Order: sequence, then structure tokens, then C-alpha cells
Amino acid sequence: MLLRATLINIELLFALLFLGLLLGTVVALLQVYGGRFAGTLAAGYAWVFRSIPALVLLFLFYFGPSQFGVNIPPFIAATLALGIRSSAYQSQIFRGAIQAIPQGQMMAARSMGMSRLQGIITIIIPQALRLSLAGWSNEFSSVVKDTTLAYVVGLNEVLRHARIIMDRHYELAMLAYLAVAVIFFVLTYSGNRSLGWLEGRLRIPGLQMKGGTQNK
Amino acid sequence: MSLLKAENIHKRYGKEEVLKGVSLELERGETMVVIGPSGTGKSTFLRCINQLTPPDKGRVWLDGVEVTHPKCNINRLRAQMGFVFQDFNLFSHLNTLRNVSIGLTKVKGIRKEDARKLAMKELERVGLDDKIDAYPAQLSGGQQQRVSIARALAMEPKLILFDEPTSALDPELIGEVLEVMIKLAKDGMTMLVVTHEMGFARAVADEIVFMEHGVIVEQGNPQQMFSAPKHPRTGEFLNKITELYGETE
Ligand SMILES: Nc1ncnc2c1ncn2[C@@H]1O[C@H](COP(=O)(O)OP(=O)(O)OP(=O)(O)O)[C@@H](O)[C@H]1O
Ligand SMILES: [Mg+2]
Repeated sequence: MLLRATLINIELLFALLFLGLLLGTVVALLQVYGGRFAGTLAAGYAWVFRSIPALVLLFLFYFGPSQFGVNIPPFIAATLALGIRSSAYQSQIFRGAIQAIPQGQMMAARSMGMSRLQGIITIIIPQALRLSLAGWSNEFSSVVKDTTLAYVVGLNEVLRHARIIMDRHYELAMLAYLAVAVIFFVLTYSGNRSLGWLEGRLRIPGLQMKGGTQNK
Repeated sequence: MSLLKAENIHKRYGKEEVLKGVSLELERGETMVVIGPSGTGKSTFLRCINQLTPPDKGRVWLDGVEVTHPKCNINRLRAQMGFVFQDFNLFSHLNTLRNVSIGLTKVKGIRKEDARKLAMKELERVGLDDKIDAYPAQLSGGQQQRVSIARALAMEPKLILFDEPTSALDPELIGEVLEVMIKLAKDGMTMLVVTHEMGFARAVADEIVFMEHGVIVEQGNPQQMFSAPKHPRTGEFLNKITELYGETE
């Protein structure tokens, strides 16, 4: 039962990470290349959604619309709330990565006749994504655990099930929560291992990049 | 008609006027060497030519087309002007071959296989066809600079701008880059080169330009500049750099 419920956490995890990646990339690009107006807007977005507690966002996205007669399923509400929150964090990881890329890369792209957009797509983004992977492992570990928060909006995820077990058989409570702990340890561990593997796969031969500085 | 014409280029950074009206003309097939003290605006001038840094005032023409015209297609014009940077700026996530072919596929829209062949040809020309799979970080500085020259050449530019192409290199690696550049000049490429390698200037420069404090102080052919400079500062400076850099070739 707990394992089945974990699938919901995993689904939520992928949905929110995907949404966060998509929005986060756009926000980061706007912040760096968007000019004054869009840049300020993007920075504001990142700032706002990083300063609101995840629980508050969940309540806002779930109960907010229902005030206006729009009922959002818990899964969608959780994906939006946590995904948007994650996008704010991911945008900052990605922005740091973009800014760590030496300016000469874009200059070289422009000087061979690429447009700014071409330079961003073919030169900057592939490098920035690689640089972001370490930061993403962090973000991954933290959003994996955030998925349990979705139980406050009634999503049938794993923590809610542990709670149901406890309500029915109090003697099993300890065991149920221990099982949840193990499940999350395994999820975090295997996720980080896969990201580490990906990082290794995509590493550029010979290139040393550490904390955004580049050594020749 | 000259291939490159720059007219009265001005550029200011904050309070400091870096370029105070620089004009020059370059004929097709000519090699022009620009020298001058640090901070004089040589790099700024090169970047004003391909509009990486748009000048505040003044105009530039490439082969009769005005590069500074607000309605020109600057990307298309830039593709006709190679730029070789002091610190190479190879794309660090691409291997040697892709570094050279990416402009062909993305800017010129050439098919991948054809781009690959053209890139191979240019890499042969700079003597690096055995390094096509290496990434920039796996190459020596001299090799990286030769790749960046191949990258510029692959676009079949009308002109290549060089900004101190050897000054980031260890002394023992300078020769291999200069050798490639000398060959290019002899093959008839039009080149505008900021460098203090006077061996190179003597070997292939048609004209030497001495810049200081944002203006051209003097220009002339190498013989005249070395043996009978008109302006005392030119002579002083030439002596200084010959002392500093020697005459590596
Ligand atoms: N992007 C910039 N912003 C502000 N000032 C700049 C910028 N680029 C250049 N400068 C200033 O313009 C002046 C000329 O710089 P430039 O790099 O063109 O000189 P240079 O002749 O190439 O010198 P060097 O031999 O050291 O390369 C310098 O005083 C420099 O500080
Ligand atoms: Mg310079």
C-alpha cells in the first residue's frame, strides 16, 4: 500500500521537476538576457516564490481557486504550487550557470554571424545545463521530500497513507513512518546517483569546472 | 574600392574617449598590422569594425556595404569577417571538428556532412586534422588558436581580424600560430592584425599602423616604419617592443 502510494509521489516529483525546469529555464534566460523590464520581472518572480513557504503555496493553489468556484484536483494544485516554487529555485541555479560561462563564448558566437538567440541556444544553454547539474542534485533532494507536503491538500501520497495506517492500527505507526523514511532515503539516493552518472556522462573531456570558475 | 574602410570611428566608455576618430582602409589581399601601447583602443577598434562594440560615431564599409548602417543585416556581414581572439574563445562543449563546422551549419545552413568536409579541409590547413575529436580543454594554447583560425577560415570570410592572437601563448607555442598566419597572408587572405610580433610584421605586413591614445599616430610600410619613422613616438615604441618581444618567427 505504501509503495503504491509512493508512485504518486514519484509522479508528482516528475511533474513538478519538469514544470520547474521549463519555467526555471525561461526565468533564468529572461533574467540574464531579457533586458531591464523582463529581467526585473523575472528576478521578482524568483524572489517572491522563494520566500513563500511551500505549505502556504499549496494552500493558495488548492483553496484559492475554489473560492472562485474553480475546483482544481489536488495533483494539479500540488504540481503547480511545488513546480512554480521549484522553478524559482531552479532559475537561480541556471542563472548562476549562465553567468559562469565566460563572455567570450557569446562574443565568439556573435562574431561568426550567429544571432543572439542562436548563440543562446547552441552555445550558452548546452554549457549552462551541464554546469547546473550539481546544483540540480541539491534541488532534487529537496523537492523529493517536498512531495510529502501535498498531503495537506488531500493528495493520496505516501505520507497520507502512513497516517491512515496509524489511525487504524496505532501499534504500526512507528513501522509505517520508518518505512516512509526508508522509501525517501532510497528515492533520494538513487536520484542523486543517476544525476551523478549523467553529470559524468556529459562531462566535457579535459574541462575543469568548479563552482562556476573555469581553469585553463 | 578598398575591401575594408573605417571612417572617423569614435568610441567612449564613460568619461574616457577610447577612440578619437580612427580611419583606415584595407585593400583586398593586404595584411595590416596594428601596434600601440596597452589601453590605446586597439581591441576596441577591432570590435567596432565587426560591431561587437558599436561605435558612437563613424562608419565602416566591408566590400562597399555599410556595416554601420542601422538597417544592414549585421549577422550576415559578421559572417564575412572572421575574428580571432587573444584567448581563443573556442566553444568549450564542442570538439575541434564541431567548433569549426558549427558556423557552417548554423549560420550558413550547410548540410552536416558537407560542413564536416569543409571543416576537415580547414583543419588540415592549420595542421590539426589529427585532433578532430579533441575538446578545447585537451589542446595546447597554440593548438586552440590554430583551431580558432580554422573556425574563422571555414566561413570563407572576406577578411579576418586578429586581436593579439599570440599574446596569451607560452613563447614556445607562438611560432606555430605565426607560421599559420604567415601562410594565410601569403595565400592572399586580407588580414587586420593587432600584434606586437615584429617578426610577423616584417615578414608579411604591407602596412604597419601605430596607434596611441585613441588615434593613429603614423602608418606606413614596414621598411619605412622601422628605418625612418616620421614621428618620434613611433620609433620609441618600435624599439621598446622589439626589445620586449624579440623577433620570434
Ligand atoms: N567594455 C568596456 N567598458 C569600459 N571600458 C572599456 C571597455 N573595453 C575597453 N575599455 C577601456 O578602453 C580602453 C581601451 O581598451 P582596449 O582594450 O581597446 O585597448 P588595447 O589597445 O586593446 O589594449 P591592450 O594592448 O591592453 O589589449 C582601456 O582604457 C579600457 O579600460
Ligand atoms: Mg587589446
